Amino acid sequence: MQRRRFLQSTLALGALASGCSKDRGREELTFWSIGREADRIGTLFQEFERRNPGIRINLEKLPWTAAHQKLLTAFAGNSLPDVFQLGNTWLPEFVELGALAPLDPYIARSSAIKHDDYFPGIWNTNVMREQVYGLPWYVDTRLLFYRKDLLAQAGFAAPPTTWGEWSTMLGAIKQLVGKDQYSIILPLNEFEPMLNLAIQQPDPLLRDGDRYGNFRSAGFRQTMQFYHECFVNRWAPTMTNTQVSNVWDEFGNGLFSFYISGPWNIVEFQKRLPVRLKDAWMTAPMPGPTGPGASIAGGSSLVLSRDAVQREAAWKLIEFFSTPEIQIEYHALTGNMPPRRSSWSNELSADIYSQAFRTQLERVRSTPKVPEWERIATEVRISSEQVAVANKDVAIACTELDQRVDAILEKRRSVLAKRGQS
Amino acid sequence: MTGGRGTRASLAGWLFIGPAMLVLGVFFFLPTLAALLMSMTDYDLYALGDLANLRFIAFDNYTALMRDPRFWQALGNTIYFVALGVPLSIGLSLGTALLLTSRLTRWRTFFRVSLFAPVVTTLVAVALVWRYVFHTRYGLLNYGLTSAGFEPIDWLGDPHWAMPSIVLLAVWKGFGYNMIIFIAALHSIPQELYEAARMDGASRWQQFRHVTLPSLAPTLLLVGILTMAGYFQVFSEPYMMTEGGPLQSTMSVLYFMYEEGFKWWNLGRASAVAFVLFLIIFALTLLQVRISRRYASAT
Repeated sequence: MQRRRFLQSTLALGALASGCSKDRGREELTFWSIGREADRIGTLFQEFERRNPGIRINLEKLPWTAAHQKLLTAFAGNSLPDVFQLGNTWLPEFVELGALAPLDPYIARSSAIKHDDYFPGIWNTNVMREQVYGLPWYVDTRLLFYRKDLLAQAGFAAPPTTWGEWSTMLGAIKQLVGKDQYSIILPLNEFEPMLNLAIQQPDPLLRDGDRYGNFRSAGFRQTMQFYHECFVNRWAPTMTNTQVSNVWDEFGNGLFSFYISGPWNIVEFQKRLPVRLKDAWMTAPMPGPTGPGASIAGGSSLVLSRDAVQREAAWKLIEFFSTPEIQIEYHALTGNMPPRRSSWSNELSADIYSQAFRTQLERVRSTPKVPEWERIATEVRISSEQVAVANKDVAIACTELDQRVDAILEKRRSVLAKRGQS
Repeated sequence: MTGGRGTRASLAGWLFIGPAMLVLGVFFFLPTLAALLMSMTDYDLYALGDLANLRFIAFDNYTALMRDPRFWQALGNTIYFVALGVPLSIGLSLGTALLLTSRLTRWRTFFRVSLFAPVVTTLVAVALVWRYVFHTRYGLLNYGLTSAGFEPIDWLGDPHWAMPSIVLLAVWKGFGYNMIIFIAALHSIPQELYEAARMDGASRWQQFRHVTLPSLAPTLLLVGILTMAGYFQVFSEPYMMTEGGPLQSTMSVLYFMYEEGFKWWNLGRASAVAFVLFLIIFALTLLQVRISRRYASAT
């Protein structure tokens, strides 16, 4: 008797685990999301299930730190979910693995998706081999957070638009705040600040169909030179993020006046800065080498697994999250910025801190779309750290960086060569 | 028929160790063999996507490692960590064990527990606290330094100080374990030996040198091997505190392997690193056993 019940429950468990079982005639759709956003958008999932009574979403949340590993392992074990969220710099890797299904046929017959409505740089991160593999869910880009009051004290009424102006301001602020404080923070353990500057140059970061590094280019060398000046003049401290320990407090203390960061920090600064500094800070688009500069097209996309069982249902979910109506709601719940122009509600567009992001998003650029990109970016970080901390010669650092990157891309070259022959 | 009984006995023996051997074979020897094979290929993301992209490259991973300055730096860092950390850790363990077994010490249990506490605390929590201890502006260490009139030190940010800082954390975190082993070993030394030594007029130092140390020799060897093997595999401390920086100065061999394997998914190269590390630890253990054997036969 007892034994039979045990058997029954095991069988039921097995059926549950197999995922694609029909639950009272409803299709079950597995969806993996990354980060804490999923906790806040429960109402949206309910709304989706209300509109599609035949579909039930089986949601699993992954933390950012473990997501990449978990997704790769799931791929190796043939257990990827039907739909999942993917940081858009990971897309090339999963396309290379053949884990994703192209979305072009679905987009072609959808009335809700309008390619022209998306910020072009963001859309572009999802296009590989002339096919679209993901739809942007939300966007991230980085730009300047700065101390309006300190800039004014140093004699400047507006934020910089060129590197030249920026250098002048950095120098003036350093003079104002003295030896123990700085003008800007460029955390040495992050590759983003350096890449944010490097992506503004006209020279591409990789050359020859992304087969070799292009860090010897005049543009990249100029960027490295600028980065070097920030440290040599002590405008920036040789610090990592973990050493600062509390970025918001230190921004309030005036340890630095410029900080290159993303939209998530708008809320944080509003919440964490003392009341007297409530109006002392602002956001501004990135200054570029000669005029308003580009920034990195970051964010997350929704992708469809090649092995998805419930393809139609999966597409419905992706489409649902891509409509302006839902994106506006999604922003209200999470604070993440929407990837479509028409999803920028009046309220969001009127927010003084978000306006700079709206401007910047028109000028975002995708990083090179190769599976090795994150590793290459790490090499860039190592080289810029050598320049910043050990005062390494910029030209030598760039040449060595190219050599290391060429070695990393060796496998890619051989794979491409083989693919070209067949 | 003695021969028959022998066969039966040995059969019984095999049956007894059979299950254990099977488990070891499946979960230890086979994976090790697979890793050895993998270290001779360039298994990576491309191969994961399509096995046709897998190339057999014999010892290329190993020769590439030998040419990679970053690997040598990681090896150098690890040796530095071991050379500084192991003697410090064993010395501190032995010192505290001696103090705690002394008859003059009060509240022994309290001290024993509090000195052992770091061992059983999660490193993640401990690292958070130590990051504040090492903090350049608000840290306890620099507060002490500046109060005593010294210049503050950028503990985790200066390439020269980062590794010693990591050693400090690792020693503090781990010495309690060996301390317990030493306390147990000290208790097992017969009191008569000390009494005899005292009657011969031996000073405290002579008692330590000629009674305590020789009695502890086997324990010291065991602790030495275990500590060294453990310290060679240093990973979580730099992972939590410095991410291998500044300027790769706290990048250890295991951290190097982790990045190759689990961050960049170059499993072939990572397996090669694992084997090199295995060989190094194996060789050092053999050396240590040989030295202690010679020492034992000399006395």
